[in-house]
Amino acid sequence: MLAADEDILKAAEDWKKTGRGVAIATVVQTWGSAPRPVGSNLVIDDQGNFLGSVSGGCVEGAVVTEAIDVIESGKPKTLEFGVADETAWKVGLSCGGTIRVFVEKVE
Amino acid sequence: MRLDILKALNEERAARRAVAVVTNQDSGEQRVVKVADVRNDPLKGVLEEHFRSGKSGMEETAEGNVFLTVHVPSPKLVITGAVHISQALAPIGRMLGYDVTIVDPRTAFATAERFPDVKVIAEWPDVALPPIGIDRYTAFVALTHDPKIDDPGLTMALKSDCFYIGALGSRKTHARRLERLKTERGFTDNDLGRIHAPIGLDIGAVSPPEIAVSIMGEIVQRMRQEPS
Repeated sequence: MLAADEDILKAAEDWKKTGRGVAIATVVQTWGSAPRPVGSNLVIDDQGNFLGSVSGGCVEGAVVTEAIDVIESGKPKTLEFGVADETAWKVGLSCGGTIRVFVEKVE
Repeated sequence: MRLDILKALNEERAARRAVAVVTNQDSGEQRVVKVADVRNDPLKGVLEEHFRSGKSGMEETAEGNVFLTVHVPSPKLVITGAVHISQALAPIGRMLGYDVTIVDPRTAFATAERFPDVKVIAEWPDVALPPIGIDRYTAFVALTHDPKIDDPGLTMALKSDCFYIGALGSRKTHARRLERLKTERGFTDNDLGRIHAPIGLDIGAVSPPEIAVSIMGEIVQRMRQEPS
């Protein structure tokens, strides 16, 4: 983890402390060429604000939408993005890789 | 993730201590494991491996499928010599996420104007380096050519467990340097083998920024690839 990732999880903590609904998305698995390594984080609040990245910008929009659901329901979700899922998610990774993203609420 | 877990995680990271979050994929249970507590953890072996590589990942264990998020401190780049190569190396290091510090007792060199956005300490390495804390996440680079400045810096780096040590100078200069470090400071050949010299990857670098690229390339290689 490099310095750039450092502020993201601190932001999640700070956002939560100010009363915002917060979710953390983490890349848990990758296959083929994936733009961001396993462990990369995207932090999302209930207003759709986000920090960090789980891909090169290809699927963040979809993750943010799902994260808002997770914040409302409190139930974690595992999302998969890749070539095969292009029709399902209407987004995919142009690099041809596949990534699995775990989205959880900060409780 | 519970807020107390997130808080504990951020505390360890702020203190520059390696830490992992273990998430059970089946039960959803989560816990924080500090690097100091690894030896008492049921997943000791797997965790140690991940701390070594600094990589997060999924593992099948006796506890079931777990996802390990590993956080190791951001790396530091400590340079003796506020020289031309350093002026290129500092911003490259910063771009790669390194916390960069330049040490040079020559006040004409060590100025904030020459090195915007990085820490510049106009002191001798003996004074400047101890508070910086050269640890296993640190790369140390000696660029002054001047034994009075480089040798004390190299001495401290060699006594630490930093992951990279590089020193600028021709083969001849380096041979003389090794001789001094042996006779004056008591290092063995084994110790001195940690110093990368001639410094940097062999890419035919000529200009100071090119040399900076070759040095940074070697640092990245040393950090990311298993030692052969």
